[in-house]
Amino acid sequence: MKFKSLLTTATIALGLATGAVAQDKTKVGFVYVGPVGDGGWTYEHNKGRLAVEEHFGDKVETVFVESVPEGPDAERVMTQMALDGADLIFTTSFGYMDPTINVAKKFPDVKFEHATGYKTADNVSVYSARFYEGRAVQGHIAGKMTKSNTIGYIGSYPIPEVIRGINSAYIHAKKVNPDVEFKIVWAYTWFDPAKEADAATVLIEQGADVILQHTDSTAPQAAAQEAGNVITFGQASDMGEYAPMPRVSSIIDNWAPYYIARVQAVADGTWSTANTWDGIGPGMVEIGEISDAVPADVKEEALALKAALADGSYHAFTGPLKKQDGSDWLADGETADDGTLAGMNFYVEGLEGEIPQ
Amino acid sequence: MDLGEINPVLLVASLMVAATPLLLAAIGELVVEKAGVLNLGVEGMMIIGAISGFAISVETGSPWLGFIAAAIGGAILSLLFVLLTQVALANQVASGLALTLFGLGFSALLGQSYVGVKPPSMGEINIPFISDIPVIGPILFQHDPILYLGIALIAAVWAVLKYTRIGLILRAVGENHDAAHALGYKVIKIRIMAIMFGGACAGLGGAYISLIRVPQWTEGMTAGVGWIALALVVFASWKPWRVLLGAYLFGGITVLQLNLQAAGVAIPVEYLAMSPYIITILVLVILSADKSSAPASLGRIFHASH
Repeated sequence: MKFKSLLTTATIALGLATGAVAQDKTKVGFVYVGPVGDGGWTYEHNKGRLAVEEHFGDKVETVFVESVPEGPDAERVMTQMALDGADLIFTTSFGYMDPTINVAKKFPDVKFEHATGYKTADNVSVYSARFYEGRAVQGHIAGKMTKSNTIGYIGSYPIPEVIRGINSAYIHAKKVNPDVEFKIVWAYTWFDPAKEADAATVLIEQGADVILQHTDSTAPQAAAQEAGNVITFGQASDMGEYAPMPRVSSIIDNWAPYYIARVQAVADGTWSTANTWDGIGPGMVEIGEISDAVPADVKEEALALKAALADGSYHAFTGPLKKQDGSDWLADGETADDGTLAGMNFYVEGLEGEIPQ
Repeated sequence: MDLGEINPVLLVASLMVAATPLLLAAIGELVVEKAGVLNLGVEGMMIIGAISGFAISVETGSPWLGFIAAAIGGAILSLLFVLLTQVALANQVASGLALTLFGLGFSALLGQSYVGVKPPSMGEINIPFISDIPVIGPILFQHDPILYLGIALIAAVWAVLKYTRIGLILRAVGENHDAAHALGYKVIKIRIMAIMFGGACAGLGGAYISLIRVPQWTEGMTAGVGWIALALVVFASWKPWRVLLGAYLFGGITVLQLNLQAAGVAIPVEYLAMSPYIITILVLVILSADKSSAPASLGRIFHASH
């Protein structure tokens, strides 16, 4: 009932706000999973939207609806946007995948862009960032800096994107600290500050002195700050307000160049279905400043790792690697192919616990 | 799996913290519903409390002033509900939903400049000797004052409803407003007071999240606690001590399931994640087998001409 009325209000407001606009403008819609003020994931997508507005000025009009639940409600929001004349719609969460495909079928002339998914169509592109490259850098710093050898990881949902991050962080933490152990908690939410803070507190109480998060709010940072002597990493956004401690570095999603390029393509009529997956090299993933809380030599190594990932001389998943069950995955020197990574549903050897199915 | 890593003392201590926002919001709503009013705007009043408490404590440096501001903020927002339902005689369900939507949006607006700010810490009550007793000390005597206020409120509401004349009048208004009116009680006035009390409690609950449990301000940070509080009141059969039990069960299992996950217990995570809801509902449904029912005038509009 709550979401229903929320959405009704939102879509009506959208309709009112956009009904009178002239048709020669390119109209771009954004569907967000959290509030634009979450300080993380949605905040960065919204920054991308603002960059589009700034870049194109009067030629483009953008609309957005925030806090749209993943599921059927998302379909209604997208449908309304398309009916209101949007030319291009960005749907910015994994759970919007099927709704996006469904709505795209009904509006063949509208272009859709779905973040972090893998289903494409004639008018649906997918785009994502290779966050796992950033996770490799985090894992390195975490492995070097943990004193309790216990690293806590707050997962959102057990989807490939999150599992890739866990594996990548673990591999690189283990490489520099063979005794390291990961404790993984699934929050089953992208955004619930109280629950995220509880999860962080629980992990800290159980001995973790590094907290990695794959949820969208800054709550775990606040919980770590409260506990003291725990380090964290900004997720999706810099979360620089928690630097230099507990936040010692971050992964920043930089969507602006991609959004601008895609809007330009629609305006020019050159848009075509694409499957974009960029990492540190092209700048879609940025590593936030490594703070002074990190020893200088560790910082240097981390930056070297970042550089190697950026120029392609090193892949975050390089063999020899085994799966959790002990079976071989990658031979010595072999690197993971994108297909396996995109659908990753297994832990690498050494991680404990099972992935919820 | 290593259950030894779960520290039961810390577990109990943190479950009390996790339960308090829910407890505060639910006890307020209980009083409102006992007066015969269904206010679905708990979530909205909580989030307004969260931001007004946060903003004032950051500006003044005093968490106490923050909590007072949160209670006032929640009560002021509830006045909007009063205006709609008690003065304009609008539908209570629709007005409550509107209150939540308004609260969520308005709090986001108010909170623009408070994202990423750290609030002053309230600190814990530390009683010499008593707080240092092993096990009992950390569980019972090392918390922030608001947590004790929550428990005290439960006791106070229970005592007032059960033993005092005011409680009797409030219940009469909730059970049969026409009869109460005929006896000369000011139905509207009593309901307004109850609604404002509910708003103040919800505001406190919200501020507890933004000032103590998390502590920070993020848009939409109450993330549905208000809705759980509403359900809790019903499942607790409008009885204060059951609200306490339900809130502690819910908070407790939420924290426990995170602990079990972190310790690597081999129970599928999906079951752990839904366990707080299921167990709380089950226990309270079993308890409510005594057929205690809702206040008879709950949700009905009163006008003196009827």
